[in-house]
Amino acid sequence: MRQSQFEQRYQPQWHRLEQGLTALEKKQRPKKVDLARFTGDYQDLCHQLALSRERGYSLVLQDYLNDLMLRAHRQLYRHRAPLMPGLAAFLRGGFPRAVRAMWRWHLISALAFVLSAGVVAAMILHDPELVHTVVDGNGISDLENMYHPDLRDSSDRNRADDLMMFGYYIYNNIGIAFRTFAGGLLFGIGALVVMLFNGSFLGAAAAHLTLVGAGQPFYTFVIAHGAPELTAIVLAGGAGLRLGWSLVAPGSWRRVDALRRAARETLPVMYGVFLLLVLAAMIEAFWSSRELDAQIKYTVGGISWALLYFYLLFAGRHGSE
Amino acid sequence: MDVLIDERLHIDTPEGARLTLSLAGPLPRGMAYGIDLMIRALILVMVATPLMLLGRGGSGLYLLLLFLLEWFYPVLFEVFRQGRTPGKAVMGLAVVHGNGAPVGFSGSLVRNLLRTADLFPFAYLTGFIVMLVSSRQQRLGDLAADTLVIHVPAPQARPAPGDGGGEPPDWPLNRDDQLVLLAFHDRGQRLSEERQRELARLAYPELADEAALARLRRVVNHVLGAA
Repeated sequence: MRQSQFEQRYQPQWHRLEQGLTALEKKQRPKKVDLARFTGDYQDLCHQLALSRERGYSLVLQDYLNDLMLRAHRQLYRHRAPLMPGLAAFLRGGFPRAVRAMWRWHLISALAFVLSAGVVAAMILHDPELVHTVVDGNGISDLENMYHPDLRDSSDRNRADDLMMFGYYIYNNIGIAFRTFAGGLLFGIGALVVMLFNGSFLGAAAAHLTLVGAGQPFYTFVIAHGAPELTAIVLAGGAGLRLGWSLVAPGSWRRVDALRRAARETLPVMYGVFLLLVLAAMIEAFWSSRELDAQIKYTVGGISWALLYFYLLFAGRHGSE
Repeated sequence: MDVLIDERLHIDTPEGARLTLSLAGPLPRGMAYGIDLMIRALILVMVATPLMLLGRGGSGLYLLLLFLLEWFYPVLFEVFRQGRTPGKAVMGLAVVHGNGAPVGFSGSLVRNLLRTADLFPFAYLTGFIVMLVSSRQQRLGDLAADTLVIHVPAPQARPAPGDGGGEPPDWPLNRDDQLVLLAFHDRGQRLSEERQRELARLAYPELADEAALARLRRVVNHVLGAA
């Protein structure tokens, strides 16, 4: 069959397919367009493309058919899972399961964070001048202004400030968590550095504020949102380490495949990190800033830590996938 | 497997057909990124002034918007606009999975979360080097998410066969000859008359230019099967 006969014969089918595609690409409701013959036309098109290549029809025709097939392929294999049922199952068990499945990495990440915080805090309690090696002068005066009972001025804090701080926590903390995760891709080094750095800073801040007599305001402020916030940063670090290790030691996989597998395993953790940090930002902006009795703050903070770890350790253990 | 260094990628679909994708290199992707960057900056500038009037609460909203634009602008567009951010749409690019299927939420999220690693240490240096080394022009985020950035060409008009009747070629036609003749037909309209005559002279050196071109066109019509 010559090319123009071929074109004449199948042109109507291609036009029908194009119309369906245009409608699908504009996301019209399927009712409005007749898609009954879409898959059939698509399968014929696959055949016609193969024929046109085999018979040496012109490259323009081959490209036309290839592009048409690519567009149809993109519509046919579009996959969209409904969000809400997935989210419910994720919260009920998917997230804690994903965290527990790679607990070693989270443990390493947590140790890097806690140990660096502990060592730095002990050093500063021993020799208060050492705080200057971790936090610079501006950072120290910022900390003191925020937490010291004599320097702090919280009388004019209102709803607008809460909202501003909420935006700041979302922007800053989730950004840090995402960057920590991505930093892990550089053979785990990026994630580890972030954990050590943040741990040291927290240790230095806690030790310094304790020494200058601002310990109580600091601890009552951080204890409640610290549970989701610090946990989320540690989880992001652990996920990053898992990602980096897949490149260092891919085992019996190709490095690319090991990386893909690691990305698939760590992604649920990152969804959870995101949700935890949104929760932390809400607590931090709208609860932690309230002036309440220290006793109440410590109780709520303790409950927040207990609930979170109970959830991460035990939720979703007995259930279907 | 052929070892041609080519920007084309062949995929065998479940229907047993072979689909050809053309991969996008660093330059068009960088330009698409630049366009997206400008759009984002424009949105921020337009929104900044009214939000500043709202005082401190407004700056909270501004930071929220900054966060969404930085991390979810590409994800939302790629998932809901057929793999294309506005910049990619301008450049005729789209993100697809390694098997040619449209990118989903998880795939898009992975490739965009890991952007930071590609940015390291500055100006996408890591991503650029990885793209050069990668056989499918993927940056680190693409490798982890198994995604590709491809050219999605605008539909091309196919030229109609010319008139003037047909004439069988006076030599045994093989497949390569046929492709050359058909390419001459497809691209002829974009060439000057002089250039077409020059090409016709190669086919029929014994004829005058005018006659050679007329004869070549008749042979092409014959191959097309138009007459």
